Amino acid sequence: MSDHEHEHHEELSFWRKYVFSTDHKVIGIQYTVTALFFLFFGFCLMMLMRWQLAFPGKALPIIGALFGADRMPDGIMLPEFYNQLGAMHGTIMVFMGVVPLAVGGFGNFVVPLQIGAPDMTFPRLNMLSYWCYFVGGVIMFASFFVPGGAAQSGWTSYPPLSDIAPSGQTWWLMGMMALIFSSLLGAINFITTIIQLRAPGLTFFRFPFFVWAQFVTSFLLLLAFPPLQAASFFQLMDRVFGTSFFMPEGLVISGQLSEATGGGSPILWQHLFWFLAHPEVYVLILPALGIVAEVIANNTRRPLWGYKSMVYSLIFLGFMSFIVWAHHMFLTGMGSAMSAFFQTTTMIISIPSVIILTALILSLWGGSIRFTTPMLFALAFLPMFGIGGLTGLPLGLASTDIHLHDTYYVIGHFHYVVAPGTLFAMFAGIYYWYPKATGRKMSDFLGKLHFWPSLIFMNGIFMPMMIQGLAGMQRRLYDGGEIYAHTQTALHWHKVISISAWGLALAQIPFIINFFASLRKPKTAGDNPWHSTTLEWAAPSPPPHGNFTELPTVYRAAYEYSHPDHDEDYLPQFQADAQAKPAAATP
Amino acid sequence: MSMAIPYTVEPRPDTGLNNVKIGIWLFLASEVMLFGGLFAGYIILRVGSTDWQPGSAFGLSVPLAFTNTLVLITSSVTMVMAWASLIRKDFSKYRLYMGITVLCGLGFMVIKYIEYTSKFSHGYYPSTHIFLALYFTLTGLHGIHVIAGMGYNAYLWGPGAKMWETAPEQFTNRVEASGLFWHFVDLVWIFLFPVLYLL
Amino acid sequence: MSHHDIDIDKTVRTYMMVFAALIVGTILTVGASYIHLPTGPAIALALLIASAKGSLVVLFFMHLIDEKKFIYWLMGLAVVFFIFELTVPLITEMNNIDLGS
Repeated sequence: MSDHEHEHHEELSFWRKYVFSTDHKVIGIQYTVTALFFLFFGFCLMMLMRWQLAFPGKALPIIGALFGADRMPDGIMLPEFYNQLGAMHGTIMVFMGVVPLAVGGFGNFVVPLQIGAPDMTFPRLNMLSYWCYFVGGVIMFASFFVPGGAAQSGWTSYPPLSDIAPSGQTWWLMGMMALIFSSLLGAINFITTIIQLRAPGLTFFRFPFFVWAQFVTSFLLLLAFPPLQAASFFQLMDRVFGTSFFMPEGLVISGQLSEATGGGSPILWQHLFWFLAHPEVYVLILPALGIVAEVIANNTRRPLWGYKSMVYSLIFLGFMSFIVWAHHMFLTGMGSAMSAFFQTTTMIISIPSVIILTALILSLWGGSIRFTTPMLFALAFLPMFGIGGLTGLPLGLASTDIHLHDTYYVIGHFHYVVAPGTLFAMFAGIYYWYPKATGRKMSDFLGKLHFWPSLIFMNGIFMPMMIQGLAGMQRRLYDGGEIYAHTQTALHWHKVISISAWGLALAQIPFIINFFASLRKPKTAGDNPWHSTTLEWAAPSPPPHGNFTELPTVYRAAYEYSHPDHDEDYLPQFQADAQAKPAAATP
Repeated sequence: MSMAIPYTVEPRPDTGLNNVKIGIWLFLASEVMLFGGLFAGYIILRVGSTDWQPGSAFGLSVPLAFTNTLVLITSSVTMVMAWASLIRKDFSKYRLYMGITVLCGLGFMVIKYIEYTSKFSHGYYPSTHIFLALYFTLTGLHGIHVIAGMGYNAYLWGPGAKMWETAPEQFTNRVEASGLFWHFVDLVWIFLFPVLYLL
Repeated sequence: MSHHDIDIDKTVRTYMMVFAALIVGTILTVGASYIHLPTGPAIALALLIASAKGSLVVLFFMHLIDEKKFIYWLMGLAVVFFIFELTVPLITEMNNIDLGS
């Protein structure tokens, strides 16, 4: 371990150092902590919903009284409040939880280190990006307390419902605009940084896979988000200035003919929304694949299998993600020709995903696997993401989608991708890079205590949803489908799901304890505790302002593990010479 | 220890670009997609509307818009001339051209204001008709871009110009980047003009 | 564009020619609208002139004519997605839209 105790950088005030910092590592940690808070908050919203679904119309004991008469009179949830919880759970988890954690958190902290850069190219834009995110988050959070409550038209905010919803929807739009602006600034920063600040010798095909994942993700954020920005402006005009972009003529609302003029198009919103929101799904998953690739290579002590095909798949995936969006809209009456087009592109996009997943699984072949906590999460990611991906196929085919559309099957499919998929990868990343960020390792015992129950409860939540969906249970129903005759056989699964959800919350306690208690340990992790090959491990732990004590040079590809000509089982990118194995060492 | 961020001014040898150049073009790429969304809205609503009316039905003034087009084109030319003056190391010419650029932006917004108020005085509001909704939203967002570009150009004309003394190369880059944004705003108007006023 | 290897006088002459061409293009746009072509050809003509003017701005004022490879890739990508964004929703909605009226 290098002695970096006597670093003498210029003294910054507390505010500039920890709050309005321009250091990518501080911003990365700010993003991580804020996003973890929102993930927890969004999870709490969902746990409330699960009470209503498991025990419809029953009073929520003890805490039910806290929510007030306009949300839960006598502890019994009102439908409007349920809708708010549903819409905000989706919005918060996707736009304020997973994406900021994956891109803002991990991307910010790790990417400059992995490419050997002193910081991001535009440090002040980076700070602005975080604070836009923060403001967007505050607006969303505050919207719960405005008259009529938060947005309640689903996380997709489909008009005309969202056009006529209470004022919380306007707050949702304002919040989204701030979040979109934040991710735009972030994307510009990432792409410029990756192109311009690569260390000497670091060619594109020597990138760690995580850097590639962030690179492609940034392009998705850059080019897919603006159409939603445009759509948000349209919807804001509808709500504030009474235009009718999304209000069709002749619409009757509560027995009254609406005053919409000229004929707007609700479908227009769906197009612009899904133009963003399908690439957004890949924004959710690509950084996760990047983290899993890092952790797997490190813990199998082998190079990634098929690195180049993984990279090409990634690029192809990113490109294709822009022309599959209308598979979310098969039921809008788009006609069979366009349905055929979109189901074809959807089937095509599954190929690169499968290539990447297969390459990751094949990377395990013949490795001497270390079952560390990050590796457990990464290993669990593979089948979980596999289930999530495969259950997507029936949704991507127009004919089967007719039955499954808007059922619990969709929720199960999507959550398999992002909860035991992406979130497990995020946990893997936290356990993996925590020593770099703090100089301390997290407890392996508590890590395993976190992992195993989480894995079981995750499946306890989402597998039954598949069953319910196949039984035809519609999603977003306040009473969980209780009044429908055909869903009676699947109703009892609600209790299993809800109990698993609350169990999952308990399973996060070891993680929270581990996360904070490990901060009090001595800094004994060292620069390279996992014996890894990539550049971030060349910097001290935690890295000082400016990251590296001297600018690293890159000599080889990213994952030179178990190199036959080298006596240690890892050969870092930044190490100059691969010493030949001493011949005398073997008897 | 602290290291300076490289390639903020001089280009990186293998990409041939400095950071600012890449950053501004990335931003413009996202702007292309933003206006793409707005124009997509225009197209869908126009062909789908049961009661489409052209701009002339609401008395949109072609002469005013024509003047505004000339104003913006002129400001684009003075913008590149401001940059060219810096290359020629002629700071007073830079001041002159940049000043005209800012004034042209101001002139554009004044004409826009006259147009808007004339619509309002006839009782034409965004909610009146789908065409007016599009007209006000598209020109409004374009107007926000004009104001933003004008504001930054005014900064580069005024207090920001101090940088010419300390870091002329970096200042020239800034003017070039601001110019790229300004030309893009001009470009959008070149399409908005026929789409909203003439077709 | 690096600042050292520019023939600035030549560049400025180009700017002036582009300026003239843009003014002519603007007059043409307005002039074309007085011919009262049917809607289809009128839109095509107006967009053609606008595209020509836009190209001049992008190529010369924004110096795209001698930019580096990455910028070409980036803007190419943006233009491709822009075209998807404009055309695909329209084609998809053709079924729902009565184009006859």
